[in-house]
Amino acid sequence: MYEFIAFYVFAISTTILFLITVMSKNVLYAMTSLAAGMVMISGFFFLLGADFLGVVQLIVYVGAVMALYAFAMMFFDATKDIKEKHSNPALVFLLGGLMALVFVVIFSAPIIGENIEALYPVGGAAELVANAYGPGMIAGNTHDVGHILFTKYLVPFELAAVMLLVAMIAGIILAGKKMDHSLTTNDDEYEYEDEILKEESK
Amino acid sequence: MIGISHYLILSGLLFSIGFIGVLRRRNLLMLFFATEVMLNAVNIAFAAIGSYYGDLSGQMFAFFVIAVAASEVAVGLGLLIVLYKKYGSLDLEVIANMKG
Repeated sequence: MYEFIAFYVFAISTTILFLITVMSKNVLYAMTSLAAGMVMISGFFFLLGADFLGVVQLIVYVGAVMALYAFAMMFFDATKDIKEKHSNPALVFLLGGLMALVFVVIFSAPIIGENIEALYPVGGAAELVANAYGPGMIAGNTHDVGHILFTKYLVPFELAAVMLLVAMIAGIILAGKKMDHSLTTNDDEYEYEDEILKEESK
Repeated sequence: MIGISHYLILSGLLFSIGFIGVLRRRNLLMLFFATEVMLNAVNIAFAAIGSYYGDLSGQMFAFFVIAVAASEVAVGLGLLIVLYKKYGSLDLEVIANMKG
């Protein structure tokens, strides 16, 4: 019963928040509603028993990614409303509606592969945990995730680490050039002031 | 226990919202937001299918999707800053220089 209530509360709030993200003219509103929608999405993960994934969603998406967007917004004019020229809004909604229909039909169709076996079943770390901490200790979702991640998915994990390093270096190099120049204010005034300061120091 | 179809229909709806955003947005930063919506929708589907089959692979794929999204944001925002320095705007109509 509570699960139903929780699911529908989360579902309705995520849908509304993401609609605000997509439709809003203001960058600040869009970003805030996106962050709130991601908090709601972590609620689904907790409902599905994927506790660790929910916490990662909160830390990485709501914490790191949103903070990155917030910092990036300081480079752009966030207070101005975005003017967008829509050449054919009806076509967009027609295509989007058709997409929605196709997705709902595909997803609600009966799953054909009935005898699918779990490759890495939940509770795979139970024996390991029982050996390590003694019997009676129950392996939680985090134990399972750690066990699978560092055995079966070790190579993708390392590749993800390398990818994140590459992305970090790329971000620093792309954004780091000419950081001392302001983008939104007039640069000439500052250069003029710098020259005055230099002459005064001589 | 909520059936898997509830989660999948919700995931499809959220993905379509993100898709509408990608189609109708003309600002690059807003386009990034729409892609984040789509990635989150897919994560819900992964976690739901994984829990339905009692399999952890779904959660694993969701983790890697989150990692890819984080690095995408880092590189993408760097590119956006470079574009903003060059053109003074993030509007696709201004940035587009190949008229087809």
